[in-house]
Amino acid sequence: MSILINKDTRVVVQGITGKEGTFHTTQCMEYGTNVVAGVTPGKGGLMWEGKVPVYNTVAEAVEKEGANAALIFVPPAFCADAISEAVDAGVEVIVTITEGIPALDMMKVKRSMKGKNVRMVGPNCPGVITPEECKMGIMPGYIFKKGPVGLISRSGTLTYEAVWQCTERGIGQSTCIGIGGDPIVGSTMVDLLKLFNEDPETELVVLIGEIGGTAEEEAAEYIKEEFTKPVVAFVAGRTAPPGRRMGHAGAIIAGGKGTAAEKMAALRGAGVHVAESPAEIGATVASVLGK
Amino acid sequence: MKVHEYQAKEIFKEYGIPVPKGGLATTPEEARKVAEEVGGDLWVVKAQVHAGGRGKGGGIKLARSLDEVEKMAGQVIGMTLVTHQTGPEGKLVRKVLVEQGLNIAKELYLGMVIDRSTECPVMMASTEGGVEIEEVAAKSPEKILKAFIDPALGMLPFYARRLAFGLGLSGDLFKKAVKFMTNLYRAFMEKDASLAEINPLVITKEGDIIALDAKMNFDDDALYRHPEVAAMRDPNEEDPLEVEAKKYNLNYIKLDGNIGCMVNGAGLAMSTMDIIKIYGGEPANFLDVGGAASAERVENAFRILISDPNVKAVLVNIFGGIVRCDRVANGIAQAAKSLEVTVPMVVRLEGTNRDEGMGILENSGLSFITAKSMAEAAEKVVQAAGLK
Repeated sequence: MSILINKDTRVVVQGITGKEGTFHTTQCMEYGTNVVAGVTPGKGGLMWEGKVPVYNTVAEAVEKEGANAALIFVPPAFCADAISEAVDAGVEVIVTITEGIPALDMMKVKRSMKGKNVRMVGPNCPGVITPEECKMGIMPGYIFKKGPVGLISRSGTLTYEAVWQCTERGIGQSTCIGIGGDPIVGSTMVDLLKLFNEDPETELVVLIGEIGGTAEEEAAEYIKEEFTKPVVAFVAGRTAPPGRRMGHAGAIIAGGKGTAAEKMAALRGAGVHVAESPAEIGATVASVLGK
Repeated sequence: MKVHEYQAKEIFKEYGIPVPKGGLATTPEEARKVAEEVGGDLWVVKAQVHAGGRGKGGGIKLARSLDEVEKMAGQVIGMTLVTHQTGPEGKLVRKVLVEQGLNIAKELYLGMVIDRSTECPVMMASTEGGVEIEEVAAKSPEKILKAFIDPALGMLPFYARRLAFGLGLSGDLFKKAVKFMTNLYRAFMEKDASLAEINPLVITKEGDIIALDAKMNFDDDALYRHPEVAAMRDPNEEDPLEVEAKKYNLNYIKLDGNIGCMVNGAGLAMSTMDIIKIYGGEPANFLDVGGAASAERVENAFRILISDPNVKAVLVNIFGGIVRCDRVANGIAQAAKSLEVTVPMVVRLEGTNRDEGMGILENSGLSFITAKSMAEAAEKVVQAAGLK
């Protein structure tokens, strides 16, 4: 078991013929991901790299190849449209890697997904991986290892850092999700915690937060009320000055809210094991698991 | 992206949102001319900088004659304005907005942002205008009225009615307020704003509703479809190193410490700053060279980092994923050679081809200090900067 994706997931890559799309699709397939189709409007009929059929629309990819998950590398100006197309075609999971989608576009896309049987991760994220089964994203596959730890993160390379600290200690992962650094994301920490709560394979969850917004506080609230497994957390940006966007559009302390200190306090209040230093995430996981 | 008050007011005018009569001036003589055109017998001279709290800092002055306008403008233009938002070094005032003075009957607050929890635009109104809205929010949150607007429906009249009634308005003023809010919503959505704030929104003794102040921020990711907004960028308001970094698509923010940081990825960059602090140091900057960290980017990043005279040591922290550490190491060695970096450099590489990368650095003939973990790197760089 795992959440969102596994070895049976049938992936369609939107933007497969672009530079990014081509590079990362190759990497995903080498990892073992079952990429069944690609979509680039106007390039339907092509066989990508001699391996994957390309269609003009996502609907065709779903109909002809049975795709049930979409991985999106479409440039920001056209990305909201691409996401909506995937929703309309009826895929169950969407992973959007694209960085730089206007916030109002995302807001409308997110609103349009309400009530539909689809879950999106991203945008502006490294993607989702269920180690040794399926990788839908741009993360380096070899740092992951199958095991009991679920991971939810707002960051990219910091996720790799945390995963690596676990893997080096021999602790593997069930599913790792980078939810993205934008103000509005397809899946929130709470959405994914709910899935991990139901996943028998996941024994512990690592949450990697950062400054800005209230996602960590909402996660803390949920953990306190309903979550049944131990949680280890780290929040980046203790030294970030207010009012400055720290790279991610969502990482900004505004109006005195969204500081790392508040988030860490909320998580501690919910019984979460908060690592003080980014170098201690793996060690904290190991000690909670008794390893 | 932030814009000046006068620029926000230009956008307001385009959307039929009432603002005081006025104009921009860069010299006292120009200020007098604007005041003459505006007419009347009371004017306000307002410093145009990207910071709040201008009034308290002495950047907003009342004038009762044209001579006074000229005199006040002379005082404000060229002054270094220090407010709670500028930092202790303050900001040089290069231009002023000269406006008609209004007969103020009441000061209100109106603002709009994207609410991240509900994922929709929220319009906020309060009878407590003219003061720090954060203070109102902290002390008496019930005095801030909120309308969460369903983006699928848009600004239906009932949202505006609820806010306007909530502010205690009636009759003509009520109608004007509803129209004001509807137009503000349009301006916000059509221009891809991330924040619009009018504090104070004033009711005049003549019975008009006017935006006395105006603040707008815009979504950087949407500027590509609003060239007219992008053109409002004022590089004078930004740190010169940050402007330089932007040219190379590097994400750089200057801070006050003396340890330069170069990291790939925003989250890792932030946590690298954090761990420096844990070991007793102070980061000089936030710098995300991007996931790819190519040799060219690394070189540009280095150049920007070390042109900050405060930097006493540099910490490079790269997690090589898709990008291989040996490639990054080559880039670092090349850049350090060609730029003749003289400050100590601590490098920590992790991930793909780490050992090859470390080998390249150790055999480069340059004196890199290498570290295996983030903690070790932070400890060494704090030492190297001479802080411990």
